[in-house]
Amino acid sequence: MEWTGLFFYLVSFLIASGIYAILCLALNIQWGMGGLFNAGIAGFFAVGAYASAIMTTAPSDKHLGGFGMPVPVGLVAAAVLAGLAGWAVAKICVRLKSDYLAMASIGIAEILRLVIVNAERVTNGSLGIAGIPRPFDGWVQGRAADLLFLGFVWVIVAAAYVVSQRLHDSPWGRTLRAIRDNEAAARAAGKDVERFRLQTFVIGCAIMGVAGGLTAHEFKFLSPAATEPLMVTFLVWVMLMAGGSGNNKGAIAGGLGIWAIWSMTEILTNQLLPPEWITRSSYIRILLIGLLLQFVLQKFRSGLIPEASPPIRFKGD
Amino acid sequence: MISLDHVSVSFGGLKAVNNVSFDIPSGRITGLIGPNGAGKTTLFNAIAGHVPVTSGRVLLEGADITKLKPHERAALGLARTFQIPHEFSRLSVLENFMAAAAAPLGENVLNVVFRRSRFLAEEEAVTRAARQTVRFLELDRVSDEKAGNLSGGQKKLLELGRALMRAPKIVLLDEICAGINRTLLAKIADKIKELNTGRQLTFCLIEHDLDYVSKLCDNVVVMAQGEVLTRGSAAEVRRDERVIEAYFGGGKYEGRA
Repeated sequence: MEWTGLFFYLVSFLIASGIYAILCLALNIQWGMGGLFNAGIAGFFAVGAYASAIMTTAPSDKHLGGFGMPVPVGLVAAAVLAGLAGWAVAKICVRLKSDYLAMASIGIAEILRLVIVNAERVTNGSLGIAGIPRPFDGWVQGRAADLLFLGFVWVIVAAAYVVSQRLHDSPWGRTLRAIRDNEAAARAAGKDVERFRLQTFVIGCAIMGVAGGLTAHEFKFLSPAATEPLMVTFLVWVMLMAGGSGNNKGAIAGGLGIWAIWSMTEILTNQLLPPEWITRSSYIRILLIGLLLQFVLQKFRSGLIPEASPPIRFKGD
Repeated sequence: MISLDHVSVSFGGLKAVNNVSFDIPSGRITGLIGPNGAGKTTLFNAIAGHVPVTSGRVLLEGADITKLKPHERAALGLARTFQIPHEFSRLSVLENFMAAAAAPLGENVLNVVFRRSRFLAEEEAVTRAARQTVRFLELDRVSDEKAGNLSGGQKKLLELGRALMRAPKIVLLDEICAGINRTLLAKIADKIKELNTGRQLTFCLIEHDLDYVSKLCDNVVVMAQGEVLTRGSAAEVRRDERVIEAYFGGGKYEGRA
């Protein structure tokens, strides 16, 4: 019994870290390859989560819809709407330099989240959306369904990885990295910097939306609490920096590794701390993650798996 | 041909370029010289579109390009190098050259995700051109090195190579020779001459070494304090009293340079 408990702890761990891996891949496209400082991940994640939840739930008078569509349709809607939100944000602020883009994207993402919380007729506000289905619902029951969902999540991780890898190992990705390294020189070399940045931002935000949708289906219930910037934006940044910004494998490794550390700190703080501290344990975990980020930035600035140039496709002359 | 028609560039109250008009004739090598702070680099930035002109027009083959963005001017065949190297620091030297090339098929995001066979031929040509550029500039040993790790002189070569990768019609070279060894300098001069006579490439170069300018340029423009001081053949401007004054002080320009 102990072992099955551990096994299913592992299953839920891998589901959550798979979703984080998708977020890390998306941020890696924006920041690692494109140098775009998106500090508003939570906003695009929230748009995707609510889009997929509303599309797939059964009709309800508490919120918009639901439209009772299959889960893949919900996830496509999540990607499209989050991508559209990304397009709108990029249209406004993609010309900003990285630190200013960070400030602007935090602001806009918070606006998106607040709209979601307060648009009660659409999202049921802080009470949230219940009864969100999972893919293949009804095929299997109970814990076998968790296993099936785990497979579903990691198929999407694999798809996101293939897309990220193709973007990276291509002339498009090379030009994007060139723009990241020196904007003026890229312009002088005939590159339409704004077009590349717009595409990059939209692609990354669409993938973040899919991760949001998956989270809604994972918990089968969605409330604004699931879109806290601390758990979405901040933790994803820590993961990408630790895993290796600019490297897709590093992004996945960062998602898995930091989520493992985060999960273990929960065990640590709950087991080791005196009872009167337990209520504050989440703050201590944040402190620990902050310390870890400091350590990574000081000692392993390029992360666990550093950025590497893709192989040159054609040898010789 | 590039024509500058009463071009001025101001930064706040500072008039960096003041009412400058001259032509960079096609198929020629024009030298742009003048003391530090004369406005030469700012003028290059205005021609390439990196700073907006305050007034006046920039014409390329008779067409007004004053309002075009830098990448649009580059697409018309205008290439430039930067005085302070602007390398793509985390790309390898070979990748720097490849990234500078025009690659419309490989830069289409749908192609690179869904239709990868479409850009392979283009990419092969880009790779071949980049390798030739590496060999020509004698950067073979550092070809796979990240550009950020190069020496100052090597970064200058990188600037030149990227401009050549554009297959341009007009090249603006901003102090490309500073910090490069003499053998390679002679080779670059030969290459510039060769591209100029063979491919009818137009060059305009900012350089402080007057011997180098005399050797290459058939036509020299002298700037001082944002204005055109004089122009003519290299021999003529070297004899000009005002040029000597502008460079070495004394007379009219004393205390103002």
